[in-house]
Amino acid sequence: MSQASFYPHPAVRTAIAVVVGAFVLLPLAATVEFTLRDGDTGHSFVHWAAIFDPTKAAAYKPIWVGLTNSLTLMLVTVAVVLFLLAPTMILVNLRFPKLRRTFEFVALLPVSLPAIVLVVGLTPIYLVIGRTVGTGAWTLAFAYGITVLPFAYRSIQASIDAVNLVTLAEAARSLGAGWLTVVRRVLAPNLRGGLMAASLIAVAVVLGEFTIASLLNRQNLQTALVLVNRQDSYVSVIFSLMALLFCFVLLLLIGRTGSIGARGKDR
Amino acid sequence: MTTFSQRMPLVAESVGGDSPRPRARRLPAAHLGLVPFAGYVAIFLVLPTVLAVITGLFDKAGHLTIDNFTALGDPVILETFWNSTWLSALTAAVGAVAGAAVCYALLGIPAQHPIRSTVDALAGVLAQFGGVMLAFVFIAAMGRSSVLVHWLSGLGIDLYASSNWLYELPGLILPYVYFQLPLMVITFAPALEAIKPQWAEANLTLGGNRWTFWRRIALPVLAPSFAASFLLLFANSFSAYATAAALASQGSQIVPLQIRAALTSETVLGRENLAGALAFGMIAVMALVMTCYALIQRRAERWRA
Repeated sequence: MSQASFYPHPAVRTAIAVVVGAFVLLPLAATVEFTLRDGDTGHSFVHWAAIFDPTKAAAYKPIWVGLTNSLTLMLVTVAVVLFLLAPTMILVNLRFPKLRRTFEFVALLPVSLPAIVLVVGLTPIYLVIGRTVGTGAWTLAFAYGITVLPFAYRSIQASIDAVNLVTLAEAARSLGAGWLTVVRRVLAPNLRGGLMAASLIAVAVVLGEFTIASLLNRQNLQTALVLVNRQDSYVSVIFSLMALLFCFVLLLLIGRTGSIGARGKDR
Repeated sequence: MTTFSQRMPLVAESVGGDSPRPRARRLPAAHLGLVPFAGYVAIFLVLPTVLAVITGLFDKAGHLTIDNFTALGDPVILETFWNSTWLSALTAAVGAVAGAAVCYALLGIPAQHPIRSTVDALAGVLAQFGGVMLAFVFIAAMGRSSVLVHWLSGLGIDLYASSNWLYELPGLILPYVYFQLPLMVITFAPALEAIKPQWAEANLTLGGNRWTFWRRIALPVLAPSFAASFLLLFANSFSAYATAAALASQGSQIVPLQIRAALTSETVLGRENLAGALAFGMIAVMALVMTCYALIQRRAERWRA
């Protein structure tokens, strides 16, 4: 018996892969078949082509509006992560190490706070925001920054733990760099993996968000899909598949930058 | 009183000579750096949580009342909490067992292997793939007009003979397992990878076999991690809203849908601010589950070096 005696038998490995693979992939395959239907029995790309059909443009307009809103929300949410969360985490790790535990507790708190509960508390706050800042969809990014917080925190903290922040900062300071230069030219490049992963996760979460937008009456991609689905179920299914594929590619990219591996070792 | 505290730094500066001066000046600036994030978290995390909990304590006129909380004892509300609980427990159990099996199947495949990175990315995306898109996929895949129903009817089986189950409570089980399983893979894989080959060697040296290794070493070590992951999965489906919102065509069988009804109609059971009381109930369950999770997780991490 080799040292790897507790590794699964190849037959067991294959059996698990086939059963779980079927459960995961068959619904997706059936969904692809659904989007390719043409008439009662035929198959073609007619429903995919219809997305750009000018005669249906009016019916599909909410989707493009929602998609534009979602893209704006991604940008603002990523900005919240990169320009508000990340600098604060650097500050806490450099100057206030005693606050690290408290900060971690706050950052992970949204995990135990269901979005539907957050909505109950956000409703009065967004009434005020609607009267002062406006009812633009981009304002949702503040709420999304909170839902993204635990994921973003974990990725960035894994990067911070992997480099010696204090030494880097002191070395740069002793060479005469100001704090802005230290953060921008020394620390940020060293934390690139974590910042990248945090941004990509933020993009994936914002793209799929429905609960908060729908109950606060703001339009994003998901609320638009639900709206259009009432008349034309094909187009919303097609956009769902494309969003899924997009997120899959995003996460493959995160895997390539190596921060998932780092997180795996950490936890 | 204030003059004394204001004078303190001045005294320190004059006594300590030139070195403490920049330090004493920079400290308040560093504290100021915490203010933007603290303000953000206060407005968008702490305030909504507090509001969600206390709105249940007031009626529409703003008077303090416990009327909404007595509604938590209403048979209809109790049933939705029970529905949410068994649905979450069932899908967490199925997801945990199937996800652990996937982690086991991945044992021994190196981290850089393409299978590994593909499964990692797939699990990451599917765990996030709750929401309305998942509901669309399941309606397309097993709804009334799907290939599956078509094939089965060719075999003489009518999936929808007895009820429109996909759009009711039982219809949530498969979509929920669909996002629970990948979440289990993500959370449980590190625990399984922490099993050291040396333990297997020690087991062999001491005359053990494959069975004693799992029974006496691996399973006891993994049990806390498995329990912690199960609780995380339970919390995950207990708080899920969007899939159910898009699938369940009528009725509010689970707590998040009951909150939606309370938020949008305001007349559920004839009570105002019921959403606040329901939110409070959800927070109570989530706090209990996540506290147990944190306690068990701390125990589980003992075996990770």
